[in-house]
Amino acid sequence: MVPFAGWEMPVQYAGVIPEHRAVREHAGVFDVSHMGQLEVRGPGALEFLQSMLSNDLTRIGAGQAQYTLLLDENGCPIDDLIAYRLGDDHLLLVVNAARVDDDREWLLGRLREGAVLDDRTADMAMLALQGPAALDLVDLPQLAPFEFTRAEVCGVLGIVARTGYTGEPGVEIMVAPDQASRLWDTLLAAGAAPAGLGARDTLRLEVCYPLYGNDLSQSRTALEGGLGWVCALDRKEFVGADALRAQREAGGYDRLVAFRVTGRGIPRQGMAIRPAGEVTSGTMSPSLEVGIGMGYVPADLAAEGTEIEIDVRGRPVAAQVASKPLYVKEKIT
Amino acid sequence: MSDESYPDELHYHEAHDWVRVDGDTATFGITWYAQDTLGEVVFYSPPEVGDSVTKDADYGELESTKAVSGVVAPLSGEIVEVNESLDGNESAINDDPYGEGWLIKVRMSDPSEVDSLMDAAAYRELVESL
Repeated sequence: MVPFAGWEMPVQYAGVIPEHRAVREHAGVFDVSHMGQLEVRGPGALEFLQSMLSNDLTRIGAGQAQYTLLLDENGCPIDDLIAYRLGDDHLLLVVNAARVDDDREWLLGRLREGAVLDDRTADMAMLALQGPAALDLVDLPQLAPFEFTRAEVCGVLGIVARTGYTGEPGVEIMVAPDQASRLWDTLLAAGAAPAGLGARDTLRLEVCYPLYGNDLSQSRTALEGGLGWVCALDRKEFVGADALRAQREAGGYDRLVAFRVTGRGIPRQGMAIRPAGEVTSGTMSPSLEVGIGMGYVPADLAAEGTEIEIDVRGRPVAAQVASKPLYVKEKIT
Repeated sequence: MSDESYPDELHYHEAHDWVRVDGDTATFGITWYAQDTLGEVVFYSPPEVGDSVTKDADYGELESTKAVSGVVAPLSGEIVEVNESLDGNESAINDDPYGEGWLIKVRMSDPSEVDSLMDAAAYRELVESL
């Protein structure tokens, strides 16, 4: 267990590699109760969040969720999050543990009259059941990706969402904290392997999901972070939109790219990329069995196939910019 | 992962390396304690055959899912073989640290250095004190 943002977090159980494989090949369950939950409701709640979040909430209805960004005026993410639409003017934001306080204060400082914001982090535990067998392990409601519903899972009432952070099919289940250990035990008994934060990191990096604090921060814009696709720049106004439009117009900005090592070595966060750039996430990929990573490079180094070098403790290690995601499940034909 | 063990026929260095002496050749590896502390090894950067190693100095690098560690030479000499089979099979260092997980073989330049190493009982005592 290690301390993280005020929580005691399980980094690993059986080991990062066996847990990673369990999720890729069968099913694993993660305790992600540290994730923050901010509930926004009341007249004007939707309009308020439309002006605060980058993605277009009118594109989803009740029972649907959406990946989105909370941006500052410079177009840099304060957080990346999933917005769950519970009703017309009723939304639940599931945010990063280390960002809950900043997100809440930012939103409270700009709250519209009529809308109410409650921090529900302490009221909700969250388990993520992920893997090719995840949806068949226990009785789950039928949901399309990014749909959610209130339902009972293994006798525990919660919010069940077809979301995740591994690139595998699966659900994330929000339940009352006093019910979480019962659900956890039932999922393990059904055959899911307990999986920790270590495996969560290698899984998400293989499919190039950015991690706030590593790949995203308030020193890089959403466009630099490759998240223009969740910024409705041509559909609505929101905090940060003007800065992003100006950057889009100017072009030539740095890009968050994925790369794979072609030499021998493991990239890690903070290592220099040559001729220019910096690694923001790196690991040995348990699925691909090579070093992989993401990092910011100048625009002229961002094309797929570009040869780069990673400075691994003074030793240059050859790598190549690659398309995202780095790991693609082999299709059974 | 293997069960904790420190075979009696080996010599041990305080940096948690073991040595198996066979004539003027010595095989190096890391101990059960070292691999357990380091965790799942995912990368081994070996030296080259023909390179010299110096007692108490790093000759290679091991990286696990949690840390990077230099590997210390318990004796001096010239490398005559490196364990090529570890490339892509680094977990052998965890699973079989005294067998398949050996790292390099060295022709000793000063066999009397062996006398400065610990026997299994002394090393076990060191590990228990940590």
